Amino acid sequence: MTEPLTGRGWLARIDGTNMVLFLSGEWTARDDVSRMQVTDSLVQRSNIQALRFDSSNLGHWDSSLLVFLSSLREVSRRRRIVFDQTGLPPAARRLLALLLPAAPPESVVPLRNAGIAERVGMRAFGLWSDLIGITTLIGETILRTGAAVRGRARTRIVDLLAYLEDAGIAALPMVALVNLLVGGIVAFVGGIQLRRLGAEIYVADLIGVTEVREMAPLMTAIVMSGRTGSAYAAEIAAMQGSEEIDALQAIGIPVFDYLILPRVSALTTMMPLLCMYAGALGLFGGLAVAVTMMNISAASFVVQLRGAVAGNDILLGLAKSIAFGSWIAIAGCRLGLKAGRSATDVGHAATAAAVSGIVGVIALDALFDVCANAFGL
Amino acid sequence: MTSAPTRLGYEAMSQHPGDPILKVHELAFGYGAKLVQRAVSFDVKRGSIFAIMGASGSGKSTLLKTLLGLLRPRAGEIIFGGENYCSLDDDRRAQIGRRFGVLFQGGALWSSLTAAENVALPLQMFTQLDRASIDALVQLKLSLVGLDTGRASMPSDLSGGMRHRVGLARALSLDPEILFLDEPSAGLDPISAKHFDDLVKELRRGFGMTVVMVSHDLPSLFGICDDGVFLDAESKTAIAHGAPSVLRDTCMHPTVHAFMSRQPPPDHLEEPRSSYAKG
Repeated sequence: MTEPLTGRGWLARIDGTNMVLFLSGEWTARDDVSRMQVTDSLVQRSNIQALRFDSSNLGHWDSSLLVFLSSLREVSRRRRIVFDQTGLPPAARRLLALLLPAAPPESVVPLRNAGIAERVGMRAFGLWSDLIGITTLIGETILRTGAAVRGRARTRIVDLLAYLEDAGIAALPMVALVNLLVGGIVAFVGGIQLRRLGAEIYVADLIGVTEVREMAPLMTAIVMSGRTGSAYAAEIAAMQGSEEIDALQAIGIPVFDYLILPRVSALTTMMPLLCMYAGALGLFGGLAVAVTMMNISAASFVVQLRGAVAGNDILLGLAKSIAFGSWIAIAGCRLGLKAGRSATDVGHAATAAAVSGIVGVIALDALFDVCANAFGL
Repeated sequence: MTSAPTRLGYEAMSQHPGDPILKVHELAFGYGAKLVQRAVSFDVKRGSIFAIMGASGSGKSTLLKTLLGLLRPRAGEIIFGGENYCSLDDDRRAQIGRRFGVLFQGGALWSSLTAAENVALPLQMFTQLDRASIDALVQLKLSLVGLDTGRASMPSDLSGGMRHRVGLARALSLDPEILFLDEPSAGLDPISAKHFDDLVKELRRGFGMTVVMVSHDLPSLFGICDDGVFLDAESKTAIAHGAPSVLRDTCMHPTVHAFMSRQPPPDHLEEPRSSYAKG
């Protein structure tokens, strides 16, 4: 006899072809786990035809006893052994009756390791699908903006005003802080290099062109992507989860007019204004560093700046900011609409919106600069 | 061979049918600055299915959250296991909270976990069980609530009824002494609601748990509850105590009578005013 006939909380006695299990003591899942796993070895004894129970010494019990009994019942069924429950507590019998017969493990399609070509293909299809989605949204924005201008869009003016405030006044402190510091940093780093050549005064040129053409639109866009683009995605994704978008569609309110258009319009409108504000603060940051650390007078700095910054630089910066604002809003809305319906999807949508907003803005900036160079701007 | 009394089995509690497991005394509770109910007192008997009843806005779910320790009461006591639950520190309250199971409205499943993982998480967090034991317990709990498919599915892929069942299995994962149910029939069709009621009844009898449920679903209240309290939004206090079926047959309070008979009180009957009502 190699197999045990006893374990913690039970003792088995064989009487002819019957096995009687004497259950005793406490059976609580939080205290002991070993007894849940003994059933296979217990019933694999030969010539047993019936399994009976004696629970007269059974103390407190919970799910661990049920796990033990249900697996014992399953083993008995497989080995065609009679499972006689009459000696069990009535409560345990009731719960055993509730238990479904052991179901085969759910068939889960094993994940096949996709080859490189397959992965590239799937990624390409995903990108293509995203491109189509974004292009559709851009086209729809243009068309519906025209309708809105003619007063034929179902956009609520109060929503538009709220989004304008959120993307404008509410964003001022963060945009101000970032651009003031960036202006100062660029002036400081550039000024140190120029000092070696005895050309500190050109720090005004450096700051002027860098801030107006590049840093003000770019840094503002990065701030707004993290702050506003991800918020748009999260709001719309949360609305998906709570079926608010289904409710809008069900009563015939155009989702684009109601949700997308006010957000895209607000951010596209506010971005050039924020960009001008950011540029002014960036220049002020540069001026402050030049005056305090490089002994350049404010008047000399301003005179030099006026000579360095052309109208085209300002227009290019503003054009960039409009494109960046549109991109951030459209990407945020698109990712929100595309999101699933769970809380996790809301987080994913917000993260994806911030990332794609920033990456897209940098890519657009590079495109603008290449085009500006080609046109001699 | 005879069966012995168990701690969790129904036999144990039937030895002390009048023994209160939860005592609420002069409880006042609310949200923020708003007082929802005051001077609410009742006892929940061990092994009973206790109903918290009342019209919408009467504070049923707020009371449930207060009983669970999610909201601090303004005044009064909640006695569980001889301790005033309200005056305990957070650690002790968390310890006691593990002896409760809760099914929130709609299941409130954690959306980043599968159905089985939802049930396993409390076991992983609060027991020392190994993985095989946890898997066995999860299978048991899901099987008990009748979920034979969808165990590896994400909550967003489950139907409302299945989410309810997974939520119930999660609530049962730590073998609670008291099971709290918030509107368990909400969103279920009548047949599913009846099955769910039967399941709760059977689990109560099997595990010997006490069940406290918030509901205004009359068939559920009459079908499974054997005690309860009725909260009134107007007077901001409990106006009736007893089993829903007994209140239906004997309570003469107009608000309770109107609720139980689904008839608005006479002073609430008004001429239709809207164009919809005029048809």
